[in-house]
Amino acid sequence: MTISTRPVHQEDTVPYDEALSRYEPVMGLEVHVELNTATKMFCGCAATFGAEPNTQTCPVCLGLPGALPVVNATAVESAIRIGLALNCTIAEWCRFARKNYFYPDMPKNFQTSQYDEPIAFDGWIDVEVPANEAGEPPFTFRVEVERAHMEEDTGKSTHVGGSTGRIHGADYSVVDYNRAGIPLIEIVTKPMLGAGDRAPEVAKAYVSTLRDLLRALDVSDVRMEQGSMRCDANVSLMPVGAEVLGTRTETKNVNSLRSVERAIRYEITRHAAILDAGEKIFQETRHWHEDTGITTAGRPKSDADDYRYFPEPDLVPVAPSREDVERLRGTLPENPAERRRRLQAAWGYTDLEMRDVVNAGAVEVIQDTVASGASPAAARKWWTGDLARRANAQGVAVTDLGVTPAHVAELDGLVTGGRLNDSMARQVLEGVVAGEGGPAEVADARGLELVQDDGALQAAVEKVLAANPDVAEKVRGGKVQAAGALIGQVMKEMRGQADAARARELILATLGVDA
Amino acid sequence: MSNLSRDDVAHVAMLARIQLEDHELDRLAGQLDQIVDWVGQVNEVAAADVPPMSHPLPLVNVTRPDEVRPSLTAEQALANAPDAEDGRFGVPRILDEE
Repeated sequence: MTISTRPVHQEDTVPYDEALSRYEPVMGLEVHVELNTATKMFCGCAATFGAEPNTQTCPVCLGLPGALPVVNATAVESAIRIGLALNCTIAEWCRFARKNYFYPDMPKNFQTSQYDEPIAFDGWIDVEVPANEAGEPPFTFRVEVERAHMEEDTGKSTHVGGSTGRIHGADYSVVDYNRAGIPLIEIVTKPMLGAGDRAPEVAKAYVSTLRDLLRALDVSDVRMEQGSMRCDANVSLMPVGAEVLGTRTETKNVNSLRSVERAIRYEITRHAAILDAGEKIFQETRHWHEDTGITTAGRPKSDADDYRYFPEPDLVPVAPSREDVERLRGTLPENPAERRRRLQAAWGYTDLEMRDVVNAGAVEVIQDTVASGASPAAARKWWTGDLARRANAQGVAVTDLGVTPAHVAELDGLVTGGRLNDSMARQVLEGVVAGEGGPAEVADARGLELVQDDGALQAAVEKVLAANPDVAEKVRGGKVQAAGALIGQVMKEMRGQADAARARELILATLGVDA
Repeated sequence: MSNLSRDDVAHVAMLARIQLEDHELDRLAGQLDQIVDWVGQVNEVAAADVPPMSHPLPLVNVTRPDEVRPSLTAEQALANAPDAEDGRFGVPRILDEE
């Protein structure tokens, strides 16, 4: 629910370092993750993203009278696996609850959630915070996890009329319930304190670590830009040395890693200004504005926030057997941070190279590409270079280009085998992305092949030398680097289909110069 | 035993978005108080070893496999909607309710 009832204006802030000299920031993060199950939490409607409005609804997720929910078994397993990966205790017995509120994003007038009996609780995760721009060193911070519980997503409202498309000033709203009922896991931290001036970085690193972990578990798409992972950030300040937590604000829907850090930084500087003035923090939700980098007041907490939770009478309790919990524990993947360290050592990448690989989401594909026979260096070059650029330009994941690890390994084989040079390989890749077939097929179809026949290359060399007697003379006189201009012309003459290194050898040999 | 005030009823009515007149509040406060008392009699027979019950059936883990079932069409879903636009449910302006 996002209701903005007050005008947007810039509030006072104090410089960040100054704020930190007087106050200790305390954070609490709530991360919502949409599971990647085929169906919704309580009904068999498809849970895919981007379908035509209201084509994935049924009496259950529309809240029609008499419709009865049934729990998605896979969603419960995913919830347990997430809990285990976060070192949580898994409840032996827990229930769903109704969270009652009136807002059209839930047609039932309640959200089926968990209240005081979450499926997973009391966990932790170690977060590696990288060195920052100010030169402060990397460190590890343990985030305590309060709980991870199961619930369902809401529908998507669009506000019509008014000037801004926002809820404020809208004439009416229209709602698409395709998203209503998609399984959500909400992961809530305990208050995070002790990070001092690195607090915003810790928050960002936590969300990033969580994203990697959930991706490794293969339980969610974790696409923050598509809303399959969303973050609410609670921030409060207490005077340095104090023991009682301050009043917090909750900044909603901070939906990129960078924004998590920026929004928390901003709230710290805003709270400090209010406290410095001797005033009190108003407990409320805040809205983050990506463009201006500030938060604005949302809804104050009020009596209407009494959600009248009560146990959901239409669902029976979830009581995972200890055998099932242990079976699921056996399916947990290697911890992503440990796995990264292991792979980096095996592949011989530098820290910077490994970071690029991770940022490009290419760890798995590189692993598969190397397994298919490519060298780690070549695999990295293609996936974080040409392919990452193409994926970026198309706004898709590097794995969604239609290029497989086997393709890249095959392409690398064509290059190391001397059939293609680099620029030809890039053309071949373009053909593979365009769906023209595998690398060898594309190379055949497009007639891309280095000329292996020295006769044709020698003819081109002699033609270019004859046309550039002055340059040839310089090379003959010992200025070997001048041959570069000649190589370019020979390659042009060969329409790019020659091995540049071989062309250089032939030029020097023809001129009687030692390479 | 219980003691539901008129203000309690007004508060609950507000949460449930039920508009009540003054005379209704007076009448309902008394009636609800009685209902709570009656239900409260359960406490007299339930000893400490009887856990609170939220469901009459002694079942747990009733689940379904994660398999897609047919959904309604958008036309069917919207058939009873008082208002619709572009395949979406139309709802009155939201802020007025605040």
